[in-house]
Amino acid sequence: MADALERIFRDEWGRVLATLIGFLGDFELAEEAAQEAFAAAAERWPRDGTPSTPRAWLVTTARNRAIDRIRRDRTLAEKTRLLDVPQPVEDIVDETAIPDERLELIFTCCHPALGLDAQVALTLRTLGGLTTDEIARAFLVPEPTMAKRLVRAKKKIRAAGIPFRVPPAHLLPDRLAAVLAVVYLIFNEGYGGRGELAAEAIWLGRALAELMPDEPEVHALLALMLLNDARREARFADGDVVLLRDQDRSLWDAEQIAEGRAALDRAMALGGRGPYVLQAALASLHAEETQDWDELAALYGELARATGSEVVELNQAVAVAEAGDPDAALRIVERLDLDGYHYLHATRAELLRRLDRVDDARGAYGRALELVHSNAERRLLERRLAELEQ
Amino acid sequence: MKYLLLIHQGDTPTPRDPDAWASLSEEEQQRVFADYQAINQTPGVTPGLQLGDPDTATTVRVEGGETLTTDGPFVAVKEAIGGWLVYEADDLDAAIELAARIPAARLGGAIEVRPIVDGYGG
Repeated sequence: MADALERIFRDEWGRVLATLIGFLGDFELAEEAAQEAFAAAAERWPRDGTPSTPRAWLVTTARNRAIDRIRRDRTLAEKTRLLDVPQPVEDIVDETAIPDERLELIFTCCHPALGLDAQVALTLRTLGGLTTDEIARAFLVPEPTMAKRLVRAKKKIRAAGIPFRVPPAHLLPDRLAAVLAVVYLIFNEGYGGRGELAAEAIWLGRALAELMPDEPEVHALLALMLLNDARREARFADGDVVLLRDQDRSLWDAEQIAEGRAALDRAMALGGRGPYVLQAALASLHAEETQDWDELAALYGELARATGSEVVELNQAVAVAEAGDPDAALRIVERLDLDGYHYLHATRAELLRRLDRVDDARGAYGRALELVHSNAERRLLERRLAELEQ
Repeated sequence: MKYLLLIHQGDTPTPRDPDAWASLSEEEQQRVFADYQAINQTPGVTPGLQLGDPDTATTVRVEGGETLTTDGPFVAVKEAIGGWLVYEADDLDAAIELAARIPAARLGGAIEVRPIVDGYGG
């Protein structure tokens, strides 16, 4: 029962909160009312049974609590949209009458007028339903710091007039990119070790794909996250990073890879060729039994042109070398302006070694070793350098 | 909602500095004038009063009952406000769009958008 209840709460929190914000026009008030309604449900449902329409129950209860509060505190009423809302409100019996305003909510949370930290925290709090304490722990900041960040963001939304809406067409591409960047940032925080954040990001990605079924980049981001996350178990062994080619494939989640590929197919069927489509296509190819390096090199090239990222060009060079052309790969590497990046020198060293330019390779390994921070990477480079001398 | 748009000229060439102003082509100069005119005529905009150069500013403080004046603006000359306007708009998105049309925003300056508090705490 407790689990079932938790699942309903988890699934309904974002929707109920979004509806309340749309109705009340005030994040703080909506959140307090939603919290009270969920607390009431936690107390009553186990005793009296779960209502047949839980969402309607939660929205009605929360709305009534909010109205009570406003009646008690007239000055608060001045701040909210409730002045124009007919009162009293009837109980909602038909769940389909409740608009799904989660998209309005996520676009508001990821508004560029908020700092990126605040965007991430607000998205996890409002749509993800994480508590302030959970978000603080996930981002390794003290709870009061996170609480302050959330309060400040909510205050700015109201005071600066950040609209609660899906942006109009001329703003949508930029704003959607901002939303996807927030979700992907949450995923990458989780991918670096904190798995619960990766799961959270995938959950948000699924919700977005459901809400914006015609946006290829939305499906592509979901695909990218599913494909990368499917290899999570195989990415570390005894604390060391395991390179893709050395990973134990039996640890990959085949079902999740299939789901990721289906999402990628959907994105491509919609005509998508944006950065997330390309990254998901690369992740899909990397999950193949054998690597198609020509195709990978072509895709990295396309992604490098789309993003202007030199790190992507470095990956392209690796694929070009693996496809059998270390000369061409070296030409790519040598025109990159990434002197402070140890992977550039490690890659260059590897290419020089393959071209039998041993002295040059030694120098490049030395430069990579000067720049490397991780001990695991350092051991790998030292091993390579020692092999060179044999 | 009402917003105050504070125009910081930064490195923006203005007619007050003829050498810098000459770095813009005549066509660009005409466009700057035309853009400011269009902004001032945008519904909801109340143009600000014209300000003298930041380097004509005097900054006043009172310490221990004594009035202290210093030459120049409170912040660095480059960071000082060059102009302002008030815009009544539906929301921040509209204010950001208007701010992006102000020539200083693209010529080396920046626009600060501040909500104006009215009534019961906005």
